[in-house]
Amino acid sequence: MSELIRVEHLVKTYYLGEVQVPALKGVDLTIQTGEFVAIMGASGSGKSTFMNIIGCLDRPTQGHYYIEGTDISGLSKDQLAQIRNKKIGFVFQSFNLLSRTSALENVELPLFYNGSSARERRQRALEALTNVGLQGREHHFPSQLSGGQQQRVAIARSLVNRPSLILADEPTGNLDTRTSLENMDIFQKLNQAAQITIILVTHEPDIAKYAERHVVFRDGKIIQDTRIKPLQAAEDLARMPATEDEAHP
Amino acid sequence: MNFAMTFRIAYRALGRNKMRSGLTMLGIIIGVGAVIAMIAIGSGAKARIQEQIASMGSNLLIVLSGSATSGGFRWGSGSVPTLTVEDAKAIASELSAVKYAAPVLQGVTQVVFGNQNWSTITFASTPEALLIRDWPIARGREITPSDLEGAAKVCLLGQTVVENLFGDLDPVGQVVRVRQFPFTVVGVLSGKGQTTWGQDQDDVVYVPLTTGQRLLFGQQFPGMVRSISVQATGPDTMNLAEDQITQLLRQRHRIRATQDNDFTVRNLTEALSTAEESARVMSLLLGAIASISLLVGGIGIMNIMLVSVTERTREIGIRMAVGARGRDILYQFLIEALVLSLIGGLIGIIIGVGASKLISQFFKWPTLISINALFLSFSFAGGVGIFFGFYPARTAAKLDPIEALRYE
Repeated sequence: MSELIRVEHLVKTYYLGEVQVPALKGVDLTIQTGEFVAIMGASGSGKSTFMNIIGCLDRPTQGHYYIEGTDISGLSKDQLAQIRNKKIGFVFQSFNLLSRTSALENVELPLFYNGSSARERRQRALEALTNVGLQGREHHFPSQLSGGQQQRVAIARSLVNRPSLILADEPTGNLDTRTSLENMDIFQKLNQAAQITIILVTHEPDIAKYAERHVVFRDGKIIQDTRIKPLQAAEDLARMPATEDEAHP
Repeated sequence: MNFAMTFRIAYRALGRNKMRSGLTMLGIIIGVGAVIAMIAIGSGAKARIQEQIASMGSNLLIVLSGSATSGGFRWGSGSVPTLTVEDAKAIASELSAVKYAAPVLQGVTQVVFGNQNWSTITFASTPEALLIRDWPIARGREITPSDLEGAAKVCLLGQTVVENLFGDLDPVGQVVRVRQFPFTVVGVLSGKGQTTWGQDQDDVVYVPLTTGQRLLFGQQFPGMVRSISVQATGPDTMNLAEDQITQLLRQRHRIRATQDNDFTVRNLTEALSTAEESARVMSLLLGAIASISLLVGGIGIMNIMLVSVTERTREIGIRMAVGARGRDILYQFLIEALVLSLIGGLIGIIIGVGASKLISQFFKWPTLISINALFLSFSFAGGVGIFFGFYPARTAAKLDPIEALRYE
């Protein structure tokens, strides 16, 4: 197992006028390729700030962040954009799909920004949609899809550029239990089959149970870092009573 | 991210809000349409004046007999004939800057045919007079040198005279009476239309100079003419010809250095050039006013683009999260503004051309659409799009991805 992410003494301080607000107060963490990590903590614990930095959306005030050996602390905005494009896939709580844009085109979006040909875009987007079980719904708009389906479109979009890391920020926050489980199942399968590293931010212990490592933040620091034997979402799904949806597809 | 893709994204984004895109475009459409219609009106006026200059005959100078003074009372130009047929011959033969010179007698005459009669101006001159004015014969023949020698009672009629006396009848070969004398019509002049000041150039009768001298005019001062029409060898020699004529005539009329000229040399082309210049200024002014509406259209684009950037903050955040760089976002919005203005420009061209056609159809105002004006206003529209699209696009490109993603 190789090292994917290494964070050394990460400090992030926000300046609101005269007031200094420390969001991260020195965080050290290493994540190996293929890990499934759940980041937990109350709001204000610094986990969102940490995720923004890991996702290359923000830069630390102090400290270093290496992704696949590259130190991103010194990179320009454009270089950060390229790393986001090539190495990181995002899944958000509110799905963040482009409205009035078909599922297929939403999934193609990251490929627009790395010069892929139209044919390659189409082929890879279709592949990614099939991976999340959405074949046949390529031309639906987000408004014509259920929440769970929308989130699967978002997962397909995060996958389409074959990233080494998927960052999922409260991905089940807007979903019911069953849909949440279905999505966790997709994450687990991606993690196990394709060896994609997944970092999941959640405050729901039930969801965190499907990750193999729990990192807990409080007041800008990591207070707990444990490994557990994760539950399998597929098994839990099988134990759930069938819904009407499934009984009459 | 290549240009074609950015273009497609922009096109689709505009298509999502058709009403708004259409209204924004309307500003540019009206602007471009107005610029094209206004320039067409201005150029039309200019072209009409140029046509008149050409119809008057090119490089035309007119020498008028001088004013007479009797008892401290000064008469106008041509009131006393001081020019002779010999003067005209000397001007034609001795001066290097002169191509043709024709002595002219003229007067208002009543022309009668059958039971019709018409008051018109009769010119008595040499065959060169029509060469100078670049005035071809429509039917029949010209006045020949032998007509001139024999003082033949022949005449040429202008279109207006033909219409009034003959109607649909062919006048060639008919006999008309000019001041009681019978004249055979040998030819009809082609139509020349009106001058800038609304004078009908076709309301004329031409007779040979000698006939005019003997029968119609000039009994009072034999050998004298009212004016001499002169054509210079080219536009560059107009001033030279004017100087040469002045010198020659002063010499021939034995005018001492202290005395005033007893004749006047007029440069008619110059007068029309002034009219042409004012038409040009008018065209420029109209274009400038229309450009202001195009500018206002540009401000409309800027306004809508700013609203659009705010509305689509989240979209910008998503695009940035999946790897769009600042300049990708900049191009996207810039091209959106450009597409708006260029499509608006194209529709504006169609509307402007249509409006010009309507104006010439219904108001009988001459319009002229030049390809240059089309290109100019189209690229101006594009320029307006880029100029006014840049600020909103840069605002979008500078957004912070985290805040853009959080934007509700």
